[in-house]
Order: sequence, then structure tokens, then C-alpha cells
Amino acid sequence: MQLTVWTYEGPPHIGAMRIATAMESLHYVLHAPQGDTYADLLFTMIERRAKRPPVTYTTFQARDLGSDTAEIFKRAAAEAYARFRPQAMIVGASCTAELIQDDPGGLARALDLPIPVVPLELPAYQKKENWGASETFYRLVRALAGPAPAPGTPRPRPEGRRPLCNILGPTALGFRHRDDLSEITGLLGRLGIDVNVTAPLGASPADLGRLGEADFNVVLYPEIARAAAQYLQKAFGQPMVETVPIGVGATTRFIEEVAGLAGIDPGPVLAGAPSRLPWYSRSVDSTYLTGKRVFIFGDATHALAAARIAATELGFRVVGLGTYSREFAREIRAEAALHGIEALVTDDYLDVEAAIQAAQPELVLGTQMERHVAKRLGLPCAVISAPVHVQDFPARTSPQMGFEGANVLFDTWVHPLMMGLEEHLLGMFREDREFSDAAPSHLGGKPRAEAEAPAPTPEPVTTVTLAPGLAVAWAAEAEKELRKIPFFVRGKARTNTERFARERALPLITIETLYDAKAHFGR
Amino acid sequence: MNAHAPVPSAATPSTAGCGEVAIRQERGQRAVFCGLTGIVWLHRKIQDAFFLVVGSRTCAHLIQSAAGVMIFAEPRFATAIIDERDLAGLADMNDELDRVVGRLIERRPDIRLLFLVGSCPSEVIKLDLGRAAARLSRNLAPAVRVLSYSGSGIETTFTQGEDACLAALVPEMPRAAADAPPALLVAGALADVVEDQFARLFAELGIAPVRFLPARRAGALPEIGPNTRYLLAQPFLADTARALEARGATRLPAPFPLGAEGTTRWLQAAAEAWHVDPARFAAVTAPGLRRAEQALGPHRERLSGKRVFFFPDSQLEVPLARFLARELGMGLTEVGTPYLHRGHLAEELALLPAGTQVVEGQSLDDQMDRARAAQPDLSVCGLGLANPLEAEGLATKWSIELLFTPIQGYDQAGDLAELFARPLLRRTRLEV
Repeated sequence: MQLTVWTYEGPPHIGAMRIATAMESLHYVLHAPQGDTYADLLFTMIERRAKRPPVTYTTFQARDLGSDTAEIFKRAAAEAYARFRPQAMIVGASCTAELIQDDPGGLARALDLPIPVVPLELPAYQKKENWGASETFYRLVRALAGPAPAPGTPRPRPEGRRPLCNILGPTALGFRHRDDLSEITGLLGRLGIDVNVTAPLGASPADLGRLGEADFNVVLYPEIARAAAQYLQKAFGQPMVETVPIGVGATTRFIEEVAGLAGIDPGPVLAGAPSRLPWYSRSVDSTYLTGKRVFIFGDATHALAAARIAATELGFRVVGLGTYSREFAREIRAEAALHGIEALVTDDYLDVEAAIQAAQPELVLGTQMERHVAKRLGLPCAVISAPVHVQDFPARTSPQMGFEGANVLFDTWVHPLMMGLEEHLLGMFREDREFSDAAPSHLGGKPRAEAEAPAPTPEPVTTVTLAPGLAVAWAAEAEKELRKIPFFVRGKARTNTERFARERALPLITIETLYDAKAHFGR
Repeated sequence: MNAHAPVPSAATPSTAGCGEVAIRQERGQRAVFCGLTGIVWLHRKIQDAFFLVVGSRTCAHLIQSAAGVMIFAEPRFATAIIDERDLAGLADMNDELDRVVGRLIERRPDIRLLFLVGSCPSEVIKLDLGRAAARLSRNLAPAVRVLSYSGSGIETTFTQGEDACLAALVPEMPRAAADAPPALLVAGALADVVEDQFARLFAELGIAPVRFLPARRAGALPEIGPNTRYLLAQPFLADTARALEARGATRLPAPFPLGAEGTTRWLQAAAEAWHVDPARFAAVTAPGLRRAEQALGPHRERLSGKRVFFFPDSQLEVPLARFLARELGMGLTEVGTPYLHRGHLAEELALLPAGTQVVEGQSLDDQMDRARAAQPDLSVCGLGLANPLEAEGLATKWSIELLFTPIQGYDQAGDLAELFARPLLRRTRLEV
């Protein structure tokens, strides 16, 4: 048993949902108790999707336990097929259904649906979200990619056809997957390479049937697509590019590798100054970045890329590097060794917090959780990896990959440091206690919501600031009542009430006055 | 995906004898939270309690998703995630639980009450949390009391988690002396500001003593006995009510204190039991009624005549529908509710407009089809449905906000109306 408040990854069936939601015309029938539908809101709220995920949950309850649940599953699968008419279906169990041991694969087979039905075995008590996504994608590719050619069959490219590749890895709820994909697709197009199938994002089961037509595969996110690409390499003889093009150096290597496989000249695309990062980093304004101590934590792909960019493209010093992706511990340890530090492989955020405190960084690059740890410690921070919250699914284009991605990274990482400097200067020159208390900072952990646990820090003291000559006093009870209003609207409530009292020449604000004013101003 | 293919409804129509209201039950896929979600507001209410879910990574992920930014504070809840090793044998699992609880109490010495909260996985493997709670209570006495209840999806829907939690507290309440004077108990977690408003109103009415369940601190549980009269502040407290009655308390039937009318009738139920002089009652409630009327006026203009569709979520749907229909003049297309307690909601059902369609339970896709066909002006639904319905052109109000926002009582009536008015107002403003 593990005591936990925050988890970096959801259970493996969430990974399967990320694949299903990314794809078109694929439906997921998930054997799960009532309540597991909470997962829908990750997609509809955090990623702001305009459609429900294509998932039918059996939502069984206690009264259904016994032989009934298998029947419920069969009915749900049959109804889902009848309603949505998908090209293919995946079926599986969430953690609770795994325990009751109905066999979704077998039950679905018994329905004898006229479409491929891919059963998923996602051990919920051992594995996690990314593994679930990887396994689901791998199973789908195995089932739907079609018969493999005989081993050793040559893959000649027809005369006059441009090189053709698949892009594998982008999913729903992926950190910047949407924009990474358009950046890399554009890059490949400029190189003269066409994209055969992009999967899972936007692909249908029928599209997966065409994977074998490509000359090679580009794996954008190894956590999700490495297993499927390895299968395609073995079965179809398709080579794979696994260099993740995050950062100027990595993008350059990626282009060289891709061009090598495609047999084309990368020179024109690499010519000139395709990214602004190198010049921005060399400009004298960036000198103060030299040797900045940075702590990096995230999924393996983004943490590895961030470490290289930090050290070799921005001139930082990497003082901490870690990941929650145990599957990639070896790679992370090797990279950490290059920076002369020991890697942190953990999914316990308390360990990460302790490591950050011990490393005393000047910048933290991490997930949503590290953002909050950094806030608490008063450290500048930028988000580089999932899990992320709604603000990291931005409306604007902001890839991490490719040359534009490098521009985005420069701005995103340097911005909090600049703001950190500003904050520092403000603190030096404006030793106004009221000013620093009242101004909620995007960095400092000062303005704490009342939702938080009773902390030693006292409640922000709100002082009565009345125009001279107009004395309005607060009755103690009314003042207490005012404190019950959430801090972020309390100031407005106070001002309104005082205005209300002044206009009516009331010398004392009582609870009645407070609510009279509230009713008066309404909203 | 998720096309709007019409599928014949599998629901079995059946009407119960509740006045003029049509009540129908429906079974099928349910898009609802489980009872674990209740922890998110309960842990704030009981200030020295800690909620430890014994469950899977899914449970932890659910609470993380529901709790939003609260998770980044030092919240008084956590999950003990069952892993593969635990599933090997039950004896080992109890040792593991003791270890986890020990570590927790070490880290949080301020905790006085610990709830072990059962989940679907813990219940399916039949981990006996009641016994674990008794054992841990003995070990940790007198500093920490340990109780257990189920918040699992197989047993509870959303707000029923609060019901299960409060029902677990009832046996802990001290027994009142047999000859004690009548006391009023208000059951159901309310925002502190609302609780204080009600306390003041009861005091002005001369009703005393008045106590609230849950109390803000674990050690301050109210007394209970045959002299206790209780008012439900929330409609989802079936088990809690049963437990209170098992200890001799008597329910004061009333609609729920939503809107000016609901609040007045709710207060009136207590006033009548205490034989408060009607003139005094009128005098005490007049300022609140006046303010509520003032606050509701502008919203009535916007909402009157608009049609609202409730997807099932919290069991607050029927009282909310009553408020929207009677105080704001809205039309009711369909009122979905996860469960309908005929007894506790009798007063509410009697106030619903004749012919109102109430649906207990859910078959999600069929219900979405009905909403599409009805084209209501406003759909009240969960976060998983809201954006998809908006994208289809239906205005929505997400329902979970109704649990986290103070909405009961006179001085919140305007805020409550505004929650429904705002999505419609926003639609009129957006020009792109």
C-alpha cells in the first residue's frame, strides 16, 4: 500500500482512453463501476474537447455484483456497437472490474460483432497511464496493421514517389501534442517527405491498416509509441527514428536522421537560422542565465530533452534530473551521469519536493506538481511535461518540438527568471509591507486560499483604508462575517459595503449592513 | 464518434403516487461521480478530520481530478493505493493499512478523527474497514478516533458519500439526557457562512439549542436523544436520517432551504415545532425575504419562461427545479436525479408544477437524445457532458459548482439564481 495525495499518472485504462479519444471511429467499452466516468472530464474540461470521449462504461453497482455484471458488459458492448457503428472496438476492465474477473475479451467475442474487437489486458495494480497508452496502441497496431510481409522482403520505393513516413505517438491529453504534430509535419513536408498515417491522433482503425505502406516510422513520444514502432520494425521491416526533436540540437539530429532514411539532403532545411533560440541565447542580455541552477522533473522524454537544452543551449547548470517514468529509468540515469548528478526516479511527489529543496535550484522545470512545489518554495518555474492543468492546453500555437518549439521553450523558461528578477528588484526597492502582502504574486506562496489546511501563516490582514474624514467602523461580528467571504472577492465586498454605509451615513457596519449592501449591489 | 443515432429507450416507465408529478425510473450507463468526491467538501467542514481512501490508483486520480487546486495545499485527505502485493493476502493488507495510518498520524499530529473510506476495490476484495477502524481506534486512543464508511461507486453516487460519512458519525454522538428540553439538529454540511446565518435566524426565533451535523470539530458532536428534532439541510441524507431516527430523533418534514420560499418553509417547520408566534416569525424572516426578493428580481427577468433540463448528479435536482420553477418562472423539461427519496422529498414534489417529468437513475445516451430533442434553454449537467453539449448548441450549467458554492438561505438566493442566469447571459454577450 502506498500513501498518496497526488499521482503523476492515472491508472492504465486512462492511457487506453487517451488512445481511443485520439482516434476516429474507434469505440472503447470499459467494464467499470459507477463513478469511473469522472475520466471524461479530463478530456472535456482540461483538454476542452467538444465531444464526449468515445467510451461506454458499464457503470455497474453493488446490486449488480454476481453473475449480472457479465450480462451488463455484453449489453453495453452490443448497444455501443449499434449506436456508434465504429470501425473497431477495444474492450477492457478498470481496476475494480479486473477484480471481479469477468472477461471482457471473451464476452465481446461471444457477441460476434462484425468488426475487429481488440481485448486489452491492463493490470491496474501494477501499471500506470503511459504504459496503458503504449500497450493499447501496440495492441491496436498488431491487430489492425494487416498481415506482415515475409521476413526479409525488400521495401523498394516506387519511382517518382516522395519518401513516406508514419508519425507515431501523439494522443489525446498529451502535453502540446497538437502543436508538436503540426510543427513536425511541416518540417517533414519542407524536407520533401510525405506523411502516410499519423496515429493515434486523428487516425481511424482503417488508417492503421495502411501503416505498412510507409518507408519508415517517426516516434514522437517513445512512452507511447516505441512498442508499436518496434513491432512495425520487426514485422514490416520499417526503420524508426527515435530521436525526439525537442531543442535545436535534437531537432537538427532528427532532421539529419530522417533525411538519411529518406535519402535526401537536409541542407536546405538546416540552412540559415531556422530557430531564434541560438541568437537569443548568445545575445548579451542572456549572460545572466549562465550557470543558473536548474532542477528538471517530468516524463522521461521531456526531462531528457530539457536537460540537454538547459545545459547546452541555454548555459544553465543541471542540478537535479528525474522522472516518474520508471520504464525509462536507464536513459534518465545515463543522462544524469553526464551532468555529474544522480537521477531521481520516483512517483512520490514528496521525494521530488525534498530533492528540490536539497538541490536549491534557481529554476524548476517540471509538471503541474513541481509548479506548485516551486510556488511554495518561492522559486521560478516553468512547465515542461504532463501532468498539466487546463492552462497548458493553450489556444495559441505553442509546440515544444522543432525550431518553433525551441523558440517557445526559450521564452517559456526565461520568462519566470525575468519575472524572478523583477520580483527581486521590487522587493529591494519597495519595502512596503502592505504592498507585498496585498499583491498576490505568481511566484511567492503568500496568498493562500482558505481552502488550505490551517497553516502557521496568518490570514492576509486586510486593513480598513477609508478616505480621511469619513469614519465608518466595522462591528466585530461584521468583520468576522466578512472574513468568511473568499479572499479573492473579499476586497470587493469590503469596498462595496463601506461605500454603501458611507452613502447612507451609517456610522457602524453590522452584519445586516453587510448583507444589505450585498443585496443592493447584487451582481 | 458519439453520433446522435436514435436508439429506442430501454427504460421501464413506472409512476409512483406522488401527486401530479410523473416519476420514471431508468437504468443503464450512468455518468456520475462516486461518493469519494464528497471528501472534497467534507474535509473542509470537519476541521480536524482526515479522510483516508483505501482504494486504487483510479480512486486517487478521481479525487485529484475533482479536487483541482486543493490538492496542492496540505489537504486532509489521501489515498492508500492498493497494489499487487496487497492483493496476495488479506492479513498482510491489514498490516499494510496499519503501517500507512501510522505514518500518516506521525506526519499529521493535528488529526483527531480519521475516516477510512471504502472504495470499489476495497469492497470487492472484502477488506473489512469497519474492523480495521475499530482496531486502529484502540491503538490510537485517546488521541485519534477512527471511523469507516463507504464512498465506493458501487454503493454510493456523489453526494451519498456525505450521507455515508454523516451516518458513520451518528453513533458517535453523545446521548442526551432523557429529560433534556427539545433540541434542534440541522443535518447536512453547509458552508460556514450559511450555517452562521441559520444559527442567527434560529436564535432570533427563540429556537434553542440548535446544533449542526457535521460539527466543525470532531470533538464537538451534538447530543442526540428522543427530545431531538432534526431538519435536513440537504436532500441526500437517507442513511443519516435513518441513523438519527434509530437514536430517537424525529424529523421535521420540510422542503429544502433553497430560494426564499424554500428557506421560509424550512425555517417554518422548526418554528411550528417550537410554537413560535407567527408574528415573530414574520418579523424575523422579513429582512431576509426582502433582500432575497431584491436579489432575485433581475434574474427573474432573464430566466422567466426559459426551459431547463436536469441531468442526474447530486439529488439536489428536485429542490433546485422547484426553486427555478416557482421563484424564477422557469419551465422544467426533465428533472433527472440519481435517487429519489420519496419521504424526504414529499414536500418538494408537492411543490413541483403539475406534469413535471422526474427521472430517477440514468441511461446516458438515451437521456442525451431526449435533451437534444427537447432543446432546453439550459441543461444542468456534469463536467464530462457540459462542453460536448455546448458544442452541440445547448447552453449548460455544470452542476458540481452547486455543491461548492454557498447556495442555501435568504442571502444566497440571488447567488443561486445567478449561477443559472450567467451561462445564458454569457451567450447573449458573445459575438464571435
